[in-house]
Amino acid sequence: MNNYETVFIATPVLSEAQLDELFGKFQGVITENGGQIVNAEAWGLKKLAYAIQKKTTGYYFLIEFTGEGNLIETLEKQYRRDERVIRFLSFRQDKHAVEYSIKRRNKLAGKVNAEVVETEANVEPVAVEEA
Amino acid sequence: MAAPVKNDSEIRYLNPVSVDVKKKKYCRFKKSGIKYIDYKDGEFLKKFLNEQGKILPRRLTGTSQKYQKKVAQAVKRARHLAILPFVTDLMK
Repeated sequence: MNNYETVFIATPVLSEAQLDELFGKFQGVITENGGQIVNAEAWGLKKLAYAIQKKTTGYYFLIEFTGEGNLIETLEKQYRRDERVIRFLSFRQDKHAVEYSIKRRNKLAGKVNAEVVETEANVEPVAVEEA
Repeated sequence: MAAPVKNDSEIRYLNPVSVDVKKKKYCRFKKSGIKYIDYKDGEFLKKFLNEQGKILPRRLTGTSQKYQKKVAQAVKRARHLAILPFVTDLMK
């Protein structure tokens, strides 16, 4: 079992429902092939640094998961077949990347909680900069 | 009549002599203990690129060999995901 991270960019023409469906589809591909999802994030619509298929924006999605190596093959095949996906990247996380992603997730979770609690207090959550 | 030579021992320079204290370069990753370089953070990675979006050599940034490799890897991932451009002008 390895830790993997995959990011894909969906075309900007899709509706909310279609995006949810697309995101769900690839999470489904992972779980159906013996993977376990650790973290899934939708970064939303972002501007691309250069045009891909003549599109200047795209919806970014990140999935972190654990699974066997042959799962990647299946997943990437699905990416290629789906024309709504304009770009994808998946790679194995080394031990530092795993550590970093755990820290990053905690930070994100902390931020969300802090925002919920401290909306009125207007206090910036102090980001803990661990070395 | 020749002008009298004032002071031969005084050496004059056209430009002020730059007395630059050589600042020792260091690897920022080693110094601050960063183990993993995130490709998602485009702004951070821009520190290692020149205006055209090329990766700066480590003789300029001072990054150690070990982390230069990781910087390169992260920049290349970011480029693939259109977080950073492959080529550009006046990025900063």
